[in-house]
Amino acid sequence: MSLLNIFPQWLQPYVASGTTAILILLSLVIVAAWMIWLERRLLGLWQDRYGPNRVGPFGLGQVIADMIKIFFKEDWTPPFVDKTTFWIAPFISMAFMMLAFALVPITPQIGVGDFNLGVLFFMAIVGLSAYAVMLAGWASNSKYALIGGIRVTALSITYEVFMGLALMGVVMQAGSFNLRDIVEAQRHVWFVVPQFFGFCMFILAGVATVHRTPFDLPEAEQELAAGFHTEYSGMKFGMFFVGEYVGIVMVSGLLVALFFGGWLGPGVDAHPWLALPYFVGKTFFFMCLFILLRAALPRPRYDQLMAAGWKVCLPVVLINLLATAGLVLWHAQHGGA
Amino acid sequence: MSMQPPKVTFGAVVKGIGTQLRSLFMIFMHSFRKRDTVQYPEVKPYVPPRYRGRIVLTRDPDGDERCVACNLCAVACPVGCISLQKAERDDGRWYPEFFRINFSRCIFCGLCEEACPTNAIQLTPDYELCEYNRQNLVYEKQDLMISGTGKVPEYNFYRVAGMAVKGKPKGAAENEAPPVDVKSLLP
Repeated sequence: MSLLNIFPQWLQPYVASGTTAILILLSLVIVAAWMIWLERRLLGLWQDRYGPNRVGPFGLGQVIADMIKIFFKEDWTPPFVDKTTFWIAPFISMAFMMLAFALVPITPQIGVGDFNLGVLFFMAIVGLSAYAVMLAGWASNSKYALIGGIRVTALSITYEVFMGLALMGVVMQAGSFNLRDIVEAQRHVWFVVPQFFGFCMFILAGVATVHRTPFDLPEAEQELAAGFHTEYSGMKFGMFFVGEYVGIVMVSGLLVALFFGGWLGPGVDAHPWLALPYFVGKTFFFMCLFILLRAALPRPRYDQLMAAGWKVCLPVVLINLLATAGLVLWHAQHGGA
Repeated sequence: MSMQPPKVTFGAVVKGIGTQLRSLFMIFMHSFRKRDTVQYPEVKPYVPPRYRGRIVLTRDPDGDERCVACNLCAVACPVGCISLQKAERDDGRWYPEFFRINFSRCIFCGLCEEACPTNAIQLTPDYELCEYNRQNLVYEKQDLMISGTGKVPEYNFYRVAGMAVKGKPKGAAENEAPPVDVKSLLP
């Protein structure tokens, strides 16, 4: 607080929130970058090898080496692409994933945004972030990229429907779209218990949102070269790459906030400093789960994924929604909660 | 044959989820397995003694060089990476004036070793031959010569084959058999 006093009175809240936002943004990008290292080490562990272990202790410096390399790579824009769109797409990809992280409530004190319509905002951002891939695929003016772009179009229609409906169960039980209220509503029992099917469906949709294996159809390497970012190189490719990991951190954070009680945990009321470790630990768990999914599961065929989305996931979330609604109404009638 | 859309039954969904969870669990259990990686520069792999690696020129037990510059190795070499020049000592014994192996061409087939009548040229289990400069892969005689006898410790070509000295041809000395006439068909 004392440092803040050098600013005039009316400016202080802006400076404080701005500093918090920048700090969170920086830590998000750094965590996302180091997640590349984490992923390579964990994939190595699960494939009975080591992964990067040469640069620095435990290979932690690998990220720095890769970053230096990618910064000095030629940023080649092929002559046949649609230049403006081709340039915008990677920025959209990274920016929207970061923007969505703004509403993740980290601790009662730490967090960028506190929106009353947080969940809806998240849905909107996820819908828009699909444009990054679509635009990249279209602007690249090449077959593989275009197929990747088209795949993401169909994929996003599939998963966004049941993603939104999966979250509505949580919203009904918490009675709020605000993520902080949702976290506070889990004081007695985490929503993963009453909303187990919602959780399962949301984690599927979350994997699809960030185009991770097993739902990495838009960049399916074995089929489409590199899919939508086939024509990208240098830092523009790097932004897609880091954007993907920012997305993983963001979706993990949201999963924790929505279904695993956010910063809540035993003893957090008596010792408020425990909030941050609880949140970070839970988020880390889900980040590792994302990597385990990639290590273990093969990519489904395109039509299989669509079929599962429409014929299995959608009915499940609809039934879940009805059951939750009935439960909430029953509680309201009988004065349970 | 018409394509039927996959039939989504309740049992199929449950079974599918089950197999996916099973593979997740199985992959996770790999966390506790031993890793297959050999951490190479620190841990060297076992190399059998007959491994065909870096080529050396050996000496006989008396410490003299074994090579007699017969050029058989250079002839046997399928990629032509060996070159040498014969020279002659005062007593008529041949030796290579220079002996050069271009290891950037060598395929380590070992035919030179098989061709060598004096066991001079030998392949060793040393496989770490990397250089930053390609020219450094051209080994000269001083790079190839070793001070030991290599794989055949007791062997000295002239002790076995005999040697003509002044006034005394091959096979004429004590305990010596006359040399085999290699040009005759008689037993």
